Amino acid sequence: MADTLVEIRGLKLEFSGFDGVSRVLDGVDLTLKRGEILGIVGETGSGKTMTALSIAHLVPNGVLTGSVLFEGEEVLTKSGGALQRFRAQRLGMVFQDPTTNLNPVFSIGELLTDAVLVQKYGIPGWKLLPVGRWFNRRQRQQAREEAIALLDRVGIPDAAHRMNSYAHQLSGGQKQRVLIAIALAGNPDLLIADEPTTALDVAMQAQILRLIQELVRERNMSAIVITHDLGVVARICDRITVMYGGIVAESGTVRDIFENPKHPYTKGLLEAIPTDQVERGMLRGIHGAPPSFLKPPTGCRFHPRCPARMSHCHLHPPAVARIGPTHETACYLYTDERHA
Amino acid sequence: MTIQTSFPRSGSPPPPPAGNKSLRLALYRLRQSPLSVIGLVMVVFILFAGVIGPELVPFPEDATGNTRMEARLTAPNETYVLGTDDVGRDVFSRTVIATRTSLVISLVVLAIAMLIGIPLGAISGFFGGWVDEVIMRITDIFLTVPALLLAMAMAAALGSGMVNAMVAIALVWWPGYARLTRGQVLSLREREFIEATRALGGGRWHTIFRHILPNTLSAVIVKASMDIGFAILVAAGLGYIGVGVQAPTPEWGVMISEGRGLLRQAWWASIVPGVAMFTTVLGFNLLGDGLRDILDPKTRR
Amino acid sequence: MVRFVLQRLALTLVVLIGLSMLTFFVARIIPADPILLAAGPRASEAQIQLLRERYGYDRPLVEQYVRYMGDLLRGDLGTSVVLKRDVGPDLARYFPATLELVLAALLIGVLLGVPLGLVAAVYRDRLPDQISRVFSLGMVSIPNFWLAIVLQLILAFTLTILPFTGRFDRLLHPPPTLTGMYTVDALLTLNFEAFGTALRYMIAPAFCLSLGALATIARTVRADLLDVLGTDYIRTARAVGIPTSVLILKYALKNASLNTLTQVGLFFGYTLTGSVLVENIFSWPGIGNYAVSAALTKDFVPLMGVTLLTGFAIVLVNIVTDFFYLVLDPRIKYTS
Repeated sequence: MADTLVEIRGLKLEFSGFDGVSRVLDGVDLTLKRGEILGIVGETGSGKTMTALSIAHLVPNGVLTGSVLFEGEEVLTKSGGALQRFRAQRLGMVFQDPTTNLNPVFSIGELLTDAVLVQKYGIPGWKLLPVGRWFNRRQRQQAREEAIALLDRVGIPDAAHRMNSYAHQLSGGQKQRVLIAIALAGNPDLLIADEPTTALDVAMQAQILRLIQELVRERNMSAIVITHDLGVVARICDRITVMYGGIVAESGTVRDIFENPKHPYTKGLLEAIPTDQVERGMLRGIHGAPPSFLKPPTGCRFHPRCPARMSHCHLHPPAVARIGPTHETACYLYTDERHA
Repeated sequence: MTIQTSFPRSGSPPPPPAGNKSLRLALYRLRQSPLSVIGLVMVVFILFAGVIGPELVPFPEDATGNTRMEARLTAPNETYVLGTDDVGRDVFSRTVIATRTSLVISLVVLAIAMLIGIPLGAISGFFGGWVDEVIMRITDIFLTVPALLLAMAMAAALGSGMVNAMVAIALVWWPGYARLTRGQVLSLREREFIEATRALGGGRWHTIFRHILPNTLSAVIVKASMDIGFAILVAAGLGYIGVGVQAPTPEWGVMISEGRGLLRQAWWASIVPGVAMFTTVLGFNLLGDGLRDILDPKTRR
Repeated sequence: MVRFVLQRLALTLVVLIGLSMLTFFVARIIPADPILLAAGPRASEAQIQLLRERYGYDRPLVEQYVRYMGDLLRGDLGTSVVLKRDVGPDLARYFPATLELVLAALLIGVLLGVPLGLVAAVYRDRLPDQISRVFSLGMVSIPNFWLAIVLQLILAFTLTILPFTGRFDRLLHPPPTLTGMYTVDALLTLNFEAFGTALRYMIAPAFCLSLGALATIARTVRADLLDVLGTDYIRTARAVGIPTSVLILKYALKNASLNTLTQVGLFFGYTLTGSVLVENIFSWPGIGNYAVSAALTKDFVPLMGVTLLTGFAIVLVNIVTDFFYLVLDPRIKYTS
């Protein structure tokens, strides 16, 4: 029990609008162990980002039900100051596009110093505001030193000088490094990275991934890396969760998923990776479009696109089948049950 | 509000608006904003007062310089529900009749302003280049001068009176519509269906009048519905100074000006027309504000 | 950045020249003949002709315009045919009073409008937002000259807590003229009693005048703040545990106020326009009051002078806000 950091059970998320109710998450179960790097993989709209945001209780405007336990403590009932402290001290988050995620009108030194003060020293908000900060000069100076050290650690050259730079003066890779520094300023237990390398060029992607991996190991953190790129997952993750249409399709260790994929959707994803062996013309994809949330397919949500579809797949959602000690999938191919 | 009409990042694009559906969507949004419904009710009431009110008031003859000295400065009572002014005219009747005056003025002003502004804005946005530059600098110049001052100068120059006041206000009002239309046209010009029209050989003017202008309509409607109120305010300001509508024609600005000297003896003479004007302008503003949300959800924030 | 500045200045010049042409042609082309008005109904043909020549109205329009421009550049705004006085000195005398009133109104507008917009944005679509919305729409819907009358009725007549009209107690000496703005002059000479008196006279007109700007500022701040609060970088800051108070009052407000700042010229123009009627009602000796009396006597030269001066002031404020923006927004400094 002690080695479980995050436990998500039966997570459901609904948005209601003019067109009706969209069920974006439909009963997601997920477990994260301490020290583990988990990759969540899926197409755009599979619910992977919403799952991750729910851990920080950061889902916008929707109706969220189920349970998210962080060290056995329920996150979804947190609010106000408790939620803010939880985010500050236990979590770090890094998002996709470093250009839009860094405030353009404050220097990175200001932003990073604020992050250190809030996350590490837990100082109240008013001491960051124009008048209040005057009461906090010595601590702010100390935090600034730590901020420089952090910048240096994430690989910003000439960190002390760079503190006065603004976002638009940095390259995309540097901005992402700054955002990682901000996320880690309070030594969190969990780093959530949502497509951290998608907006970067290929050479930079590898560096950022290595940086994340190094930092997670060196600080005894856990991490969740969300991506649609199986290459990323293979490089740095211990375990993989494959999501499709708001549910978990398959989960297992990297080895389980890459060497012994079970769910037809996982197989399709793996076949869609270009490798040296497959010529470009032979690259296979998955036919059809991701499911609509307004009128999701009945039964197994993947069945309209599934190459191994059976006659009863559209009736009820499949239960989870255990393939091995670390390997599970939700597919009728591996269960005896026909009617839930 | 926890409602989002389309979920971001979802794979399927929103369905194209069909006639019936977009109407239902508009009604749905209307239900979300009770304030615009209140505005609509107020506007309907005001239009009603403006159109048939003058036929229903107890003293229609008071629209002129009619005097009734025996009843002057009467406080509100059963005969004169909102009192009388210093020559004994019924304040209620005059206020209602003035509604028509103000509505006519502001509608004519907006019509002229649109007739000048919309074509100029469309030409400016569609042709670009030096044409755009020249037209935009002209609007800059007009927008630099406070509308009321220029209208005052023009009204003074053209001579006082309702028609001249309308012309004067319209002449300073059109740049707003030119700017708005230009902006709309610029954003529409790059859209696929306009390019398709041009590729199919539609002439420039054909493209402007048949395809671009109709698409700027909703933005113009939103602006117009709020401008009705503001035009009423400017017209009343001119009337108040004495360079707009002239007494004895019932007009709110004129009535407030006349009532101002009577504050001590008859507060109602200036308060009542002011309340009527405030209600009218507020009604149009509430409606316009709501319409903006409904017709142009992109700007909803 | 230098190019940006030069571009702005060139544009401004074009607008100012256009403004002078506009005022000139409105004054000269339009049918009513100021000379006839000035001469009076019993003037003879010869007298009228003499007046025409004296004011240069007998020359071709283009020549008149060139002369007008030349005069303008020398600071000569012409002579009022009704008052028989030069317009320039009159404007110089009346403008500080208007400026004082407008600045006071803008100050009230900012001090109340920004918090109102802030509350509306934070409680978006909930009750405080709806109240702020109705309140703002209500304030732009009130005819300010009527509100002025109502305030006079309540504060001066009924409660007698504020003076009725005017700018300063007639029995007392106003503070010595430094800027021409009584409150500022009183403070500069440390004459707090005069400051209090000037303030008492200013409160009601400034408040009337502030409502439009107050409402518009509130709506602008709300919209800009909501824009910024919806950005990725605010979500990120929230995700890493920055408290909501800091998010709003520091991280978002700076950005939002930069956007709002670009509109200050607009508020300034708006308030300056409004001052015309408010000054008239409170007998505030500013250029608005001056313009109203000129309009009533069909005296164009002062009217055009006021129009030019207002236009010039608005253009100037626009340039100043542009430069402020340039200095405050780190993005512009380096990119252009």
